[in-house]
Amino acid sequence: MTTAVASAPAATTRGAGTSTRSRRRSAVWVGLLPFLAYVVIFLAVPAVLAVASGFFDSTGVFTFANLKALTSPQILNQFLASFGVSLVTAVIGAVVGAIICFALMGTKPDGVLRTVVDSASSVLAQFGGVMLAFAFIALIGTQGLLTQTLVHAGWAQNPLNHFGNNGTLLYQVPGLVIPYLYFQVPLMVLTFMPAMEGLKATWGEANATLGGTRFTYWTRIAMPILAPAFFGSVILLFANSFSSYATAAALISQGGIIPLAIKQATSSETVIGIANVAGVLALGMVIVMVILMSAYGLLQRRAARWQR
Amino acid sequence: MKKRLLVGTAVLAVAAFALTACAGTAGSGSSASGISKADAAKATSATDFGGIDGLVAAANAEGQLNVITLPPSWANYGAIIAGFEKKYPKITINSANPDGSSADEVSAAKAQKGQDTAPDVFDIGTAVLQQNLDLVAPYKVANWADIPDDFKDAKGAWYYDYSGLMSIGYDSKVIKTAPKSIDDLLGSAYQGKVAIKGDPTQANEAASAVYLAALQSKGTADNIQPGIDFFSKLKKAGNFLAVTPTEATVVSGETPVVLQWSYNNLAWGAAGGTSGNPDYKTVILPGTALGSYYNQAINVDAPHPAAARLWEEYIYSPEAQNLYLAAGAYPATLQAMIAAKTVDQKTLTTVGEPPKDFVQLTAAQATTAGTLLSSKWAAAIG
Repeated sequence: MTTAVASAPAATTRGAGTSTRSRRRSAVWVGLLPFLAYVVIFLAVPAVLAVASGFFDSTGVFTFANLKALTSPQILNQFLASFGVSLVTAVIGAVVGAIICFALMGTKPDGVLRTVVDSASSVLAQFGGVMLAFAFIALIGTQGLLTQTLVHAGWAQNPLNHFGNNGTLLYQVPGLVIPYLYFQVPLMVLTFMPAMEGLKATWGEANATLGGTRFTYWTRIAMPILAPAFFGSVILLFANSFSSYATAAALISQGGIIPLAIKQATSSETVIGIANVAGVLALGMVIVMVILMSAYGLLQRRAARWQR
Repeated sequence: MKKRLLVGTAVLAVAAFALTACAGTAGSGSSASGISKADAAKATSATDFGGIDGLVAAANAEGQLNVITLPPSWANYGAIIAGFEKKYPKITINSANPDGSSADEVSAAKAQKGQDTAPDVFDIGTAVLQQNLDLVAPYKVANWADIPDDFKDAKGAWYYDYSGLMSIGYDSKVIKTAPKSIDDLLGSAYQGKVAIKGDPTQANEAASAVYLAALQSKGTADNIQPGIDFFSKLKKAGNFLAVTPTEATVVSGETPVVLQWSYNNLAWGAAGGTSGNPDYKTVILPGTALGSYYNQAINVDAPHPAAARLWEEYIYSPEAQNLYLAAGAYPATLQAMIAAKTVDQKTLTTVGEPPKDFVQLTAAQATTAGTLLSSKWAAAIG
């Protein structure tokens, strides 16, 4: 909040300058102020407080001792599980989403099908949390519709209720892939479709004029142009899945992934005094997210080059 | 002109934030009933209010009571809360975060300190309580003498309220023969069916399932490793179900076998009426039983100090203590109630008298067990 307030007089001084252009810019900055204040209060301050809490013990004394948690095998396993789920859902989501985009390219840009898929994707990409978990419990949980149909069809121990000798698939870390894909694929369609639409018809014509085939068009022109956008989307999907909490919390009761480890640390009534370890775990997640988002930013800049 | 409008909006927005941030602290002030809020917060018995009528008047003036982490189907809290509101119709109970943990109670008290929404009273596990004794205010209910001496802090900081016994609940439609020992759960009939109440490194009730397994497998309260080994075997047999059971999952058959406190297993069975599962039975294994008393305590910064104290008076009245008993939870004043014949005899016959002795982990034993769980549990069921 301090930063937001401090930036206001600065903007006004600049606005007092003579050129119309800078005056207009100052107005833009003032308009941004409520948003900036919002981001600082509800994003920056909580994030800093959460991470900072990792560097204090339960009595409020500064310490680095909590960092030891990052070397414990349980925590490392949970980070690995988080990476695994995120990677698998990002790659599958990106490939399936890209294929859907490719298929949609054959339809009219303002046709019914593309509009429907587009708006459905906007809705489904946000469909997560407990609702999503419940939908899948009803479908492939122990008593789920599909699970019970298989059982009644004579397949008493099917992959849905007997996965890896650990019981129901949905309640294990690998099982998270299924509900996660439900929001990952639509998100891919949303983020990748603009890049696909950015492919100009003239490039295909130029390729044909120069004697290229459809194959060379895709391998030599379209794919290299789409690559930054594609990998950027993969990163976005990875981050999306890495930071998901509510769906996993509703499905998995034993550890599993890092957001659940943070919950365990903050609310444990059996292992006392580890609430501040959550701050260190949050720090780990923030580092991962910063790396991912920087990479995403770089790839976006490359992708944008062809979308002007 | 336009610019000024934008500045105005921004100032308004910031002011609105500041106002909402302050609003929480503005709710204090003296009550109409003669005793000030500060005095009510220092009261250590109803005498400080000039007797129980004074306490009721002060609590009525406050008009609100904030309770936290009291699920309606847990130890009959639904009926207990309804009973309080019926007896004191001028006081509204705000029940926050019913499915939260003892640690959530502490963090709510710390985070909302000074606000109207902070919890007034705690129903809290011993291990968490012992780490946070600075958060509670001493108070002795009128029938303080009815609570056995080893069930309470001599100064009145905390007092046991009820205990269950760790039990096995099972859906008799799925499991035809009742389990007779903990090792029965390793059998093939229990394939993918045995659930506990969450992650033992997080939830006390889940950890207690591990402690029971330890006691039943030659372990002790000082050494719960055999319990962890048991669950490792359960996992290898493919019988462990990693779902946190609720009344709904028991009714739907999602979690056919649940290790949890007897009062919860009982409440989810036929005793739960239409919301329970009539085929759901409860077994307390022979051999060493495991119990665990929860503690009542009053938040030292309670926003409604008189109502908080009235709640404790109500909780230890035979009325509320019998409600605990009806859910299969043994209330702290049970022996005194049996002696004074205020116990609901019919309920006691149904529930059965508590075993003469059961193991309860001390705060130190619980801490040791928790440390062991945090290093061994994930690997055992991984």
